[in-house]
Amino acid sequence: MIKVFLGSNLKNFTNGVEELELEATSVKSLIAEMDRRYPGIADDLESGFALAIDGEVIANPGYEKLAEVSEVRFISPMQGG
Amino acid sequence: MSVVTEEKPIKKSYKYVGTRPVRHDGLEKVNGKARFAADMTKPRMIHGHVLRSPYAHARILSIDTTEAEAMPGVKAIVTESDFPLPKKDEGFPHRSKNLIARDKVRYEGQAVAAVAAITRRQAKEAAAKIKVNYEELPSVITVDQAMAEDAPLVHEDLLTEGLDSEPTKPSNIAKRSFFEQGDIEAGFANADVVFEHEFTTKVVHQGYIEPHACVADTSRDGRSEIWCSSQGHFMVRSATANMLGWETSKIKVIPAEIGGGFGGKTTIYLEPLAVKLSEKADRPVKMVMSRDEVFRATGPTPGTKIRVKIGAKKNGEITAGKAWLAYESGAFPGPWGMLGGWCVFACYNIPNIQIEALEVVVNKPVNIPYRAPSAPMAAFATETVIDQIAQDIKMDPIELRLLNAVEEGDYNHSEMVGTFQLIGLKETLEAIRNHPNYKIPLGPNQGRGIATGFWFNIAESSSATVNLTEDGTAVVITGSPDIGGSRASMALMAAEELGIDPKLIQPLVGDTEAVGFTDVTEGSRATFATGLAVVRACQKLVIQLKERACIMWECSVDDIEWVDGSAVHKEGKEPPLALAEITSKAKKTGGPLNATGSLEAKGQGPAFSTQMCDLEVDPETGKVTILRYTTAQDAGTAIHPSYVEGQMQGGVAQGIGWALNEEYIHNKKGRMENPGFLDYRIPVASDLPMIETIIVEVPNPKHPYGVRGVGEVGIVPPVPAVANAIHDAVGIRLRDAPMSPVKILKALNQKNGASG
Repeated sequence: MIKVFLGSNLKNFTNGVEELELEATSVKSLIAEMDRRYPGIADDLESGFALAIDGEVIANPGYEKLAEVSEVRFISPMQGG
Repeated sequence: MSVVTEEKPIKKSYKYVGTRPVRHDGLEKVNGKARFAADMTKPRMIHGHVLRSPYAHARILSIDTTEAEAMPGVKAIVTESDFPLPKKDEGFPHRSKNLIARDKVRYEGQAVAAVAAITRRQAKEAAAKIKVNYEELPSVITVDQAMAEDAPLVHEDLLTEGLDSEPTKPSNIAKRSFFEQGDIEAGFANADVVFEHEFTTKVVHQGYIEPHACVADTSRDGRSEIWCSSQGHFMVRSATANMLGWETSKIKVIPAEIGGGFGGKTTIYLEPLAVKLSEKADRPVKMVMSRDEVFRATGPTPGTKIRVKIGAKKNGEITAGKAWLAYESGAFPGPWGMLGGWCVFACYNIPNIQIEALEVVVNKPVNIPYRAPSAPMAAFATETVIDQIAQDIKMDPIELRLLNAVEEGDYNHSEMVGTFQLIGLKETLEAIRNHPNYKIPLGPNQGRGIATGFWFNIAESSSATVNLTEDGTAVVITGSPDIGGSRASMALMAAEELGIDPKLIQPLVGDTEAVGFTDVTEGSRATFATGLAVVRACQKLVIQLKERACIMWECSVDDIEWVDGSAVHKEGKEPPLALAEITSKAKKTGGPLNATGSLEAKGQGPAFSTQMCDLEVDPETGKVTILRYTTAQDAGTAIHPSYVEGQMQGGVAQGIGWALNEEYIHNKKGRMENPGFLDYRIPVASDLPMIETIIVEVPNPKHPYGVRGVGEVGIVPPVPAVANAIHDAVGIRLRDAPMSPVKILKALNQKNGASG
């Protein structure tokens, strides 16, 4: 079971829910499961979100394996100077 | 001065990493041979000029270019109708809407049309003949104005994201971010001292010396070549293609040298206009901004209003932190408040936190990154309140920070970091506390201020190609524009991997068709991520070199190891074979030796900086003189210490300007009144003492040389360090930057009036 933190950025898509627990073996299957629960959220994620997978930031996530992962956080894309 | 921590893993000993060779591009930079975008000329080249909005907010009723088209020398004119809006923006959201005004102009200086003519003067005169019929609208310039009830709307269809309930009407608040941990009320109830204050900062510009410039040459086969100065030419390629509706592969971007960026050249303004003008005119088109245009039309950093409340016990333990942050984002929404919220308490272990951050659109230029974007404003608030707590509980300000500082294993509330791995905040605090400057006695009206700062750093994608030449040198080609000495750091890492002198390395920045995709040089990422790509390419080359040696020696590759630039037979059956000997025989052993490295990097190390400012306040004039400035920063490993020190000093210099002088001044109509370096005053050399640097090295475990980014965090602590020093000097707490002489005198008069 993976803890998924959506944060305030995505809660408009999830009726205010900011944390989920779900089964997924990869980022791809995680997003598919989220889209099943909240239809349309996958399209929004496609337009640009980064992930922190157990604290490691992935700027362009897509196909990462999540077998040993306990926590996934959706975060806005970073910008620097 | 360099500090290597003994408690943490000690860095390996390196032959070249950590040395200070003369930078490879240094000679051309000082003798004027280096070519910047404005130096470029092409046969038959003509010149472009942008017509900009004189209004901060106005509806465009009509644009008539008839008279302008008939002006002498005019070859092409473009307006918004030449740039169909893409379905989705590449990179920065709303970039295409910012390129050229459509239904409305949303800030003074927004592009409305562009003209190309034989001479710059002809283009400028023709632009003045374009008739734009505006309906001026009321504007909003500050977050207070923009958030007021019934404020004029910058966008009539903007609904606030992130609210608890669905918004029912449009607003200038584009987004609300909210973070919470622990029990905030219990945290404050548990505190012995609680301070809450409001802080404001003004819009400031990155202040790069080189204005934006480009040359575009569009050919009849539908391809275009662009020469330009930017922090990422692959970004220029994709964003330009996106705005034109072209395939990316139709555009080639050749990077010019860059005269400063600091985040300000992570987006584009001119290139799509130049490509389209070139296409219409069938000639190369050069466009160069004036300083006035740079100020009015390119992205500064946001003005802010921030409230911070911090509670602590008398023993110094911080129990709660609450922050409300409103960041301007300019005419289109951005992520700046959220980033400020992520940074506001990032240096400290605070069990109970509540942060609310707002993105507020205003009728000013679109904000874009400036070194550690959003962090300096948040640090101004937090570090000033922390200083006040230290004063109140009579604790040394560094001791208070050390007591609460984050370290390895602590959790970062920002979501960007998660659990901190090896970090060096405490080491930077200790480095300042142990520095002799911390004990220098101060005189009347002199004060000492301490502040610390955090920045995430960024990783992203990078590519590198390394070619070994017949005479044993290496050409290292990367896709990262060199804005802070990255050529030198790439050469040093390549030298270390290959085992040859850095003088034998030629580091180059390749164009978009000469090297693999590379993200923008931003987020202090080039030495970390592009360095990793260089290391990977060199490691592949070492394997190739050993294989070639084994062909030459007729032995097994298992018999060979690579030592100090030579193939060495493990059993000593052959004399060492130097890299140059192997490359000289390359044609006989299989052909040229080259390799590429590319990756989507992960594992960038967060950066921390602690700084100490000694200054003197003239009580008669309010003028502040910086007496001494000492900065300690965790570099992970300093690949080229001189350029690390340069980045540290540059960040401090810009931060002192932010603290004391710099601000956009707008009139009531939203027009900027100081768009030049005479009236918008950045620090010059005579304003500053030599900034003393302490490089702390707590290696980043996710990089083979322990690299962290160093380019940004240095700008985070100066504003609060100056504010805290002013308080130490004359007993006034200033919470509105810049802390100009006028404000200081006013506060001194109030203080003296109150006490007298």
